[in-house]
Amino acid sequence: MENLIALLVAAPLLGAAVLLCGGRRLDKAGHWLGTLLAAASFVVGVVLFADMLGKGPEERAVHQRLFSWVPVEGFQADVAFQLDQLSMTFVLLITGVGTLIHVYSIGYMEHDERRRRFFGYLNLFLAAMLLLVIADNYLLLYFGWEGVGLASYLLIGFWQHKPSAATAAKKAFLVNRVGDIGLSVAIMLMFTTFGTFAFGPVLGSAGEASEGMLTAIGLMLLLAACGKSAQVPLQSWLGDAMEGPTPVSALIHAATMVTAGVYLITRSGAIFNAAPDAQLAVVVVGAVTLLFGAIVGCAKDDIKKALAGSTMSQIGYMILAAGLGPIGYAFAIMHLVTHGFFKAGLFLGAGSVMHGMNDEVDMRKYGGLRTYMPVTFVTFGLGYLAIIGFPGLSGFWSKDKIIEAAFAKGGTEGWILGAVTLLGAGITAYYMTRVMIMTFFGEKRWQPAPDPDTTAGVEPGVEAAPGEMPHPHESPKSMTVPMILLAFGSVFAGGLFSLNSAFVHWLEPVTDFQHGHPPVSAAVVTTATVVVLLIGVGIAYAQYGRRPVPVVAPRGSLLTRAARRDLLQDDFNHVVLVRGGEHLTRSLVYVDHSLVDGVVNGTAAAMGGLSGRMRKLQNGFARSYAVSMFGGAAVLIAATLLMRAV
Amino acid sequence: MSFPLLTAAAALPAAGAIVTAAVPAARRTTAKWLALLFSLGTLALAVAVMVRFDPGGDRYQLTESHAWIKDFGVRYELGVDGIGVALIALTALLVPFVVLAGWHDADPLETHSKRWRPTQGFFALILMVEAMVILSFEATDVFLFYVLFEAMLIPMYFLIGGFGDRAHAGGDDRAAAQRSYAAVKFLLYNLAGGLVMLAAVIGLYVVAGNFSLTEIAAARASGELDMATNTERLLFLGFFFAFAVKAPLWPLHTWLPNAMGEATAPVAVLITAVVDKVGTFAMLRFCLGLFPEASRWATPVIIVLALVSIVYGALLAVGQRDIKRLIAYASISHFGFIVLGIFAMTSQGQSGATLYMVNHGISTAALMLVAGFLISRRGSRLIADYGGVQKVAPVLAGTFLVGGLATLSLPGLAPFVSEFLVLVGTFARYPVAGVVATTGIVLAALYTLVLYQRTMTGPVKEEVRAMPDLRPRELAVVAPLIALLLLLGVYPKPLTDIVNPAVRHTMSDVQQKDPRPDVEAAK
Repeated sequence: MENLIALLVAAPLLGAAVLLCGGRRLDKAGHWLGTLLAAASFVVGVVLFADMLGKGPEERAVHQRLFSWVPVEGFQADVAFQLDQLSMTFVLLITGVGTLIHVYSIGYMEHDERRRRFFGYLNLFLAAMLLLVIADNYLLLYFGWEGVGLASYLLIGFWQHKPSAATAAKKAFLVNRVGDIGLSVAIMLMFTTFGTFAFGPVLGSAGEASEGMLTAIGLMLLLAACGKSAQVPLQSWLGDAMEGPTPVSALIHAATMVTAGVYLITRSGAIFNAAPDAQLAVVVVGAVTLLFGAIVGCAKDDIKKALAGSTMSQIGYMILAAGLGPIGYAFAIMHLVTHGFFKAGLFLGAGSVMHGMNDEVDMRKYGGLRTYMPVTFVTFGLGYLAIIGFPGLSGFWSKDKIIEAAFAKGGTEGWILGAVTLLGAGITAYYMTRVMIMTFFGEKRWQPAPDPDTTAGVEPGVEAAPGEMPHPHESPKSMTVPMILLAFGSVFAGGLFSLNSAFVHWLEPVTDFQHGHPPVSAAVVTTATVVVLLIGVGIAYAQYGRRPVPVVAPRGSLLTRAARRDLLQDDFNHVVLVRGGEHLTRSLVYVDHSLVDGVVNGTAAAMGGLSGRMRKLQNGFARSYAVSMFGGAAVLIAATLLMRAV
Repeated sequence: MSFPLLTAAAALPAAGAIVTAAVPAARRTTAKWLALLFSLGTLALAVAVMVRFDPGGDRYQLTESHAWIKDFGVRYELGVDGIGVALIALTALLVPFVVLAGWHDADPLETHSKRWRPTQGFFALILMVEAMVILSFEATDVFLFYVLFEAMLIPMYFLIGGFGDRAHAGGDDRAAAQRSYAAVKFLLYNLAGGLVMLAAVIGLYVVAGNFSLTEIAAARASGELDMATNTERLLFLGFFFAFAVKAPLWPLHTWLPNAMGEATAPVAVLITAVVDKVGTFAMLRFCLGLFPEASRWATPVIIVLALVSIVYGALLAVGQRDIKRLIAYASISHFGFIVLGIFAMTSQGQSGATLYMVNHGISTAALMLVAGFLISRRGSRLIADYGGVQKVAPVLAGTFLVGGLATLSLPGLAPFVSEFLVLVGTFARYPVAGVVATTGIVLAALYTLVLYQRTMTGPVKEEVRAMPDLRPRELAVVAPLIALLLLLGVYPKPLTDIVNPAVRHTMSDVQQKDPRPDVEAAK
């Protein structure tokens, strides 16, 4: 059975290869092929899952070794896979949600002439992400990690003719590369410490290394996680990544990419458990990002960017939970899975709305859409209830557990973290209610279709002539069916996972589990969560439900204006890194040309009196130089021989 | 006596050069096909060398030895170790693509006289360079190596100075002047290096009494040949200086951007992917092999110079406006990695450095040749003159991107394996240097993706609107290179198997052992 593991990656990889090299004759069937291979990977995943369930909890991990990748003295890197409960969870999420997004894209990208290529990139994305989660060593994980970076680069910049899309893609790749420094250095540290970077030996003997070394490895892994998972301070690429087609956003935010950082930290649990300082850093990053993303999400009028802020914030919850150690790992992954359902649903819903609204993204120009797009409204609404943690729905189960675990951290830290997670829950309820109301309720604030030539933010393939009013309509079946399926997950997954703590028991052999003991009872925490949630909803309703929403955004407070600009982090980057970097490279070009070149030439000229000959050479007397050189050499030979004789 | 395979591998392209040069003026297509045929024959011989070479066998294999200049004990002595085999294979592999890519680069202009035979000359010179480079990878006699090291400058000088971009041909005096400046600068820098090396070669003879690499190394190892510390250091510096010019290492690098910028793309590939490798190869073979103690003594300074090259080259690449100069500075950064790997003196670093030489050759060839195809379409080397090419020529853009991704060492493509090995190997001995070098991966992404974005994405520029996509000949150049990058990225074992034993020998030359891990990992 373990021989099937490679198929998980092979199927979508084959799809990518065929679709990208196949040429135009595949244009007609390409999207079907891509979807089919994604689904095939899912089926393989289910088969392996069924096989895994038939075994005892401790014997579930299976391995497959294909070949030796980089066989060099003292350095063993294999192409080998490990499928345990943690990897399995990711495999099902990636292939399951990924396949639904493929299906959705068939309809969504119908009018794009490069649809075949789009599906090739989607398949590549799945293959890379699957490789990341089933690798049995850190170097192979790095392979998948960078593959994800490449696929996201290609997909975010899919509409390359738009300069903004090309810039956003480049930015995503570069910011991720900064994180990759972390992963590279972490692997090198593992190599010098343990002599290997395979999961088994490294994680198995983590306890024998010094705490300082483990802290260093942990911090480097955290840097890597910050890049892929868009955590402060490497979060700036996520908002711009909305330049990609909407299914891409769903894929990046729900099933792949941003979840990679959470996977990395959870997988490396043995290292973090023995490095409390690194864990503290993880928790702080999670807590800061949780609030950062939530605040940004409150201020955005672009529906996709509001959802992007929310992703950042929700991943912050997961990172925070993962930083709590064995009391949090399982809940981090559980929230990751439930989030995968409702965030994918929300993005696909947003795409459906845009599809019906001439690809308008500004929520201030929506309003009253619930009667025009009932399926989208209901599925999006269920996703909304799930993400704010409405009691009984998926998000409630997973988020509530993270809040409890945060309190259970103990001491002042526990109180601070608990308060932050509670506050985050309130803000989540606020900004998601705002999105819901602005989109589906209230007055129609629809505007005529913009002119695609002058508007940068418009997705191509818009059929409406400039100036035409939108005719919102429900999307085709290929788009609504995936939304409905995801809505089921948003509603029921969390509850199912929590039956007899099924999910925790499932992961326990891999991630270890300890019961956290919050200083107040769980019931109090839950009640507080619900109260905070209601307050958030209430404020949003008072601001956006009871008053008409202006089509042009009001100036807003200082915080609002800063939040609209992603809390000024981009401005900082621009001034310090972009401008500073430009000055640096420009002055270096000058230095290289005039100083380095000049000094070296000058030295040579001074030493050999070559300047005169240089002129001669330019006139073509190369031979005379060669002759004089050999003459000089002859003198040297004579001199040395003479010296030796003496 | 068995068939002298090593001599044949160098003699075939040399014969090809003579035959190609002799083709009459009117039959220039014949000359091209002959050049291609001879280069493919050389490739076949290189494959034969690879097959005949036994990784588990002696250090130097397929050896040949004949007296040459008896009075000075100079011998025509050949032999290859795994590193030499890998680089011979690289050279023989790239030249057919260089020939094919430069198919029309030396067609005579209408203004030329009928008796002028630039095409014949161009291809003959390329084959000449190939012959000398291959022989220099085989030479185990120091003097023989020195002669080749210097002699290959002559055909290179004419290739750089005599054949510019078609884009700039046609009476552009300024371009011609720049080209001639670049060729002279190339020659002067390398001759200066060679002169210093000559002094060291003679010095070595004075001390050792012969020129045989194997004999001197054996005598040194057994203690028969004892060198005074200062003598060894001076000799080491003499050799190293020449190799550092050729490699090229900061601050001796400034000839490379001129040469690569002004030469045609295939010649630029010949410079950076093939000829420059002789410099890094020689560092491994001669500096480390003959002067182990001096090598260790100089390591701290060389590591710093390598790091400066990595970061400086990458930053300069970011600031370039000219596509070919950008790739040249990227190469300087990559040579920094190679030198770093060599002088880290760990198994991973040296295996990585050797793989790096091969992989850098292939990846730079892919990127530079596609860039050349692009430049020949628009007639400009300036990045700003392009935009939106992917819309009109998607295959060209796609291959350019793959070449760029290889340059930035994306996993899955060959350069990743070698770059990571160099980084790990460096980090194991010099953690700070390893971390500094790692920043190079961000800078590489920056210059590559900025180049791609500015040329290929965005709105289609008016001037590129009618640009044709890759032609079959051009695709035949690029596709195999990309396939090879993928293959060696996923399965580099055939190459590492050949290289590993040679690295083991070098490590014992310099009497170094890999650092032990802190924790003996559980099985």
